[in-house]
Amino acid sequence: MKFTGKVIKYGDNVDTDVIIPARYLNTSDHKELASHCMEDLDKDFTKRVEVGDIMVAGDNFGCGSSREHAPIAIKASGISLVIANTFARIFYRNSINIGLAILECPEAVANINDGDKVEADLDNGIIYNLTTGKEFKTQPFPEFIQKIITNGGLIESIKKGELN
Amino acid sequence: MSMTMTQKILASHAGLDKVEAGQLILVNLDRVLGNDITSPVAIKEFNKIGVDKVYDKEKVTMVMDHFAPNKDIKAAEQCKMCREFCNDKEVTHFYDVGRMGIEHALLPEKGLIVSGDVVIGADSHTCTYGALGAFSTGVGSTDMACGMATGKAWFKVPSAIKFVLKGKLNKYVSGKDVILHIIGKIGVDGALYKSMEFVGEGVSSLTIYDRLTICNMAIEAGAKNGIFEVDEETIAYIKERSDREIVSYKADEDAVYDEVYEIDLSAIKSTVAFPHLPENTKTFDEIGDIKIDQVVIGSCTNGQYKDIEEAAMILKDRKIAKNVRAIIIPATQDIYLKAIENGLVKIFIDAGCVVSTPTCGPCLGGYMGILAAGERAVATTNRNFVGRMGHVTSEVYLASPAVAAASAIAGKIADPAKI
Repeated sequence: MKFTGKVIKYGDNVDTDVIIPARYLNTSDHKELASHCMEDLDKDFTKRVEVGDIMVAGDNFGCGSSREHAPIAIKASGISLVIANTFARIFYRNSINIGLAILECPEAVANINDGDKVEADLDNGIIYNLTTGKEFKTQPFPEFIQKIITNGGLIESIKKGELN
Repeated sequence: MSMTMTQKILASHAGLDKVEAGQLILVNLDRVLGNDITSPVAIKEFNKIGVDKVYDKEKVTMVMDHFAPNKDIKAAEQCKMCREFCNDKEVTHFYDVGRMGIEHALLPEKGLIVSGDVVIGADSHTCTYGALGAFSTGVGSTDMACGMATGKAWFKVPSAIKFVLKGKLNKYVSGKDVILHIIGKIGVDGALYKSMEFVGEGVSSLTIYDRLTICNMAIEAGAKNGIFEVDEETIAYIKERSDREIVSYKADEDAVYDEVYEIDLSAIKSTVAFPHLPENTKTFDEIGDIKIDQVVIGSCTNGQYKDIEEAAMILKDRKIAKNVRAIIIPATQDIYLKAIENGLVKIFIDAGCVVSTPTCGPCLGGYMGILAAGERAVATTNRNFVGRMGHVTSEVYLASPAVAAASAIAGKIADPAKI
């Protein structure tokens, strides 16, 4: 899987309460959730995000609640990939389970700025900053997880009988 | 290779003799939990799988606690969807208004968790049950859906940090202060992807309720789970509530830990986490005059009878400050009833507090105590993120029930030892 997009960058410990505040958790409608994505951290996010954009952040991205509404809101807002130094563990598995692409790569995070254009190759763990010409390598997912992503998420894997 | 407590439980549920950190395994689940926020998403996903039954009617559990009693029409629709699903699938443990409580207080109370269990819950504070020697962890709705359908979940076997507890807590200091102290020390990602294992002679001096509070906030250090070694107190608590076999695991003597911390319980002071992260902890020698508008005592972290009683003992024959609203939320119906029978509710009302039916409401800024712009709350809850309890400029200070009660009286963040 390959992605190319404009970068929207945030800092450390971006929590699920700012990704999608609980006051909007009385719905599970993807579009409605997307319309409030990042609202308490960045009021302009929904205005500036374009389909295919790449979100970049620091440590512990997605910490806090287990709400799957958080990766759903990010994905439904058009973000194709999130690159961070580290992800909080529930956000990490939720992203895989719903098919939101994510990558951990501190070196890339340190060398990518808001607004840069970035290309990422998920299968080989390669991130290329088209704006600066710098390339970064990271660990691709273990095979087990790649399979879930290739299948289109955990539900599809179960349907194929791969988790029994 | 030797194993930690967590690794032993996971190995036993994966049908393996041994597991090691980093290994991906598929485990059998003893319980799959969801609430009124996360279950609707899970039900939609479950329906895509194409099975018509849940894997075990006794093991799937749903609790209507977050926005229930329904806060608005959308919340009502979400509860209705859960209710209909549980009726249709004949789910035994569906807890609706009148029988429900805050999920992580309710499940242990109802005897639904036994040491040695593997539990997943579509709620991040599912890690609470480690207090009873179970492996329990928060997951998302899709994991919950697959768990309901197959009774299985995939896990990466975690490495662990060991906390060796010694000594005894001082008066007015409780499990909340212990976990805030630890998070202040290791940070909100200090245990990322790892287990936090609590052992040592100090364990037996902590009540089950202190241990529940400590494990509840393991997620606030990024941990996959928190777990206590089983002792006589654990066994007594479980036996009173369940007939199931108690399986207790101890880590191997030579088990490998990423880090080991020695925690002297007698040295821990009342601790408050300042906005906007649970790691921003301070003790009273560093806390100045911080005026507050609201106090919340309750939640899955501190809504047990012991917590409510501790607050009542401080509020007895006193009045809360004029400009403070204090909201007391016993976590379950049984706790609520006991608080009425023992006169605690009268103490609260006489002091000027309100006492609510069980709900998660204010903790996550849902309802029942939303903060206006610039307002400050002292809460016995678990998160103080930006906008967590209301307006984006409001502030939440996390503290123990004793500190919260003392603060309600003083109208500012206050040390219970000095009230």
